[in-house]
Amino acid sequence: MVGKISKEEVEYLAKLARVGLTEKEITKYQKDLADILGYVEKLNEVDTDKVEPMAAGIEQRNEMREDKVEKIEGTPAELISEAPKHEDGFIKVKSVLE
Amino acid sequence: MKITDLPIKELEKEDKREILSACLSRIKEVEPKLHAFVTTLTAEDVEGKGFFDSSFQEVAQNDKGGSAEDSPLQGIPVGIKDVICTRNLRTTASAKMLDNFVPPYDATVVKKLKDSGAIVVGKNNCDAWAHGSSTENSDYGVTPNPWDLARVSGGSSGGSAAAVAAGEVPYSIGTDTGGSIRQPASFCGVVGLKPTYGRVSRYGLIAMGSSLDCPGPITKTVEDAAIVLNVIAGEDPKDATTLKDDSGQARMTTDFTKDLNKGIEGLKIGVPKEYFGLGLFDEVGEVFKQSLLTLEKMGAEVIEISLPHTEYALAAYYIIMTAETSSNLGRYDGVKYGFSAKNSKDLIDSYFKTRDEGFGDEAKRRIMLGAYVLSSGYYDAYFMKAAKVRRLIHDDFIKAFEHVDVILTPTAPTPAFKIGEKADPVSMYLADVFTVPVSLAGLPAISVPAGFSTDKLPIGIQIIGGHFEEAKILNVAHQFEKATGNEEWRKYKPKV
Repeated sequence: MVGKISKEEVEYLAKLARVGLTEKEITKYQKDLADILGYVEKLNEVDTDKVEPMAAGIEQRNEMREDKVEKIEGTPAELISEAPKHEDGFIKVKSVLE
Repeated sequence: MKITDLPIKELEKEDKREILSACLSRIKEVEPKLHAFVTTLTAEDVEGKGFFDSSFQEVAQNDKGGSAEDSPLQGIPVGIKDVICTRNLRTTASAKMLDNFVPPYDATVVKKLKDSGAIVVGKNNCDAWAHGSSTENSDYGVTPNPWDLARVSGGSSGGSAAAVAAGEVPYSIGTDTGGSIRQPASFCGVVGLKPTYGRVSRYGLIAMGSSLDCPGPITKTVEDAAIVLNVIAGEDPKDATTLKDDSGQARMTTDFTKDLNKGIEGLKIGVPKEYFGLGLFDEVGEVFKQSLLTLEKMGAEVIEISLPHTEYALAAYYIIMTAETSSNLGRYDGVKYGFSAKNSKDLIDSYFKTRDEGFGDEAKRRIMLGAYVLSSGYYDAYFMKAAKVRRLIHDDFIKAFEHVDVILTPTAPTPAFKIGEKADPVSMYLADVFTVPVSLAGLPAISVPAGFSTDKLPIGIQIIGGHFEEAKILNVAHQFEKATGNEEWRKYKPKV
């Protein structure tokens, strides 16, 4: 595991997570992430060779049900109206391709 | 006693409109100081808006002679944490990103409450996205502690706990991911119940850590917590994790009030020895010891137990929770709802700008950390490692419950700390050291007031049960509450 986080790593993570960061923020998160990762490093003391990972505190299994259309209280118009930009019942976004 | 001091149980006899008006006046009186709500409703809102009509019609019907489906929550005001969706009522998660978000639907918990005639009077402040342990991280300002306004109310459900402590609402609904119901309940001197994972539907929660999140009640008394749990618990086809328990059986709900009055003679209480090296504040230890003595006098047997992986819980939690958070916060892209940055040149640029300007510091830190532990090359070393340690922590509890009925710990290592006192992220995370292991294991736990510090700050104890054993921890908590009912500190009142 790593003890230090490089500027490039923070920039790479920010890109993966689609978060724009300022230079100042990058420096700050370099330190914060290194601190927290330093703290969680103690997990390496635990022998987990024969341990199965656990996804939730209670074992989960797939639950199947019929895929039925259900009425909800909200209307499609209400849903669309929550979008920051919309027109004629459609959500508007900036251009995807040049 | 004033109407705003009464628990739900005793409000049954009171006039429903008087209860509402008393709560709304109390909100008006203390909100300028307490700021426990992001959004509050006026009497006109409550009367005028469609989403309250139904409950009032039922109340009116009730006044004329009662209805068959009389619920103890009928006509009783409730505060809902602002990470829980309420139809036609702004829901911000205390985050600027959702400043203008008005959900078109109710969360299942809210729907169940409204179906029982509950009246939502406002949305409680919390740490933004429920990220924090003090409400200092709210984008709408801190909720101070009703017992000392220079201190925090705890978090993330700080507004929910403060509102109940200050008598603004008789009860509220919070959410608990790593201690967010229990720790503020302890700090504010009220009761906070985190149900078993899957006992209460997560549908309609603004998700943080989906394998950890649990909605639950914050109340004045243990009996009230049982009354509210009766209404909000149960299977929900909209949340598959509510459907089955470990053995594949449908999760039966039960009447959680039925065992409250059982005696606790012969009850085996486990006290984990590992919890006492974890920076416990002296006065918290003192209150805890007194509580054990009280329970022993009532006939319970205290047994030292070991939960050997305790010291790894916070580290595992901060990997699992941030991984889930970073994934859950992926949906805030400025397209479908909420904030959208201006002046972006194309779609991808608008994602970056929206998420830079819309998320605060802690959300970004968690998104980045989550992205890191999930990214290729680190997934096994961090996320899988944490998921394996999670099983060991879970197994520690399961083994302990072979020998004891409940486990008792302090709820938090300290009483409420001062606003601004905890500056670095890791020291804030340590505020959850007693509550996080329970969350990882998906167990139910309740925080009940157990005493006060010398400077009159509330201190709570946490009673932990096996999966789906809410009735048992409510029983122990209620008996403890009864046994300490005449103690001097029970007479203390918050200053606000």
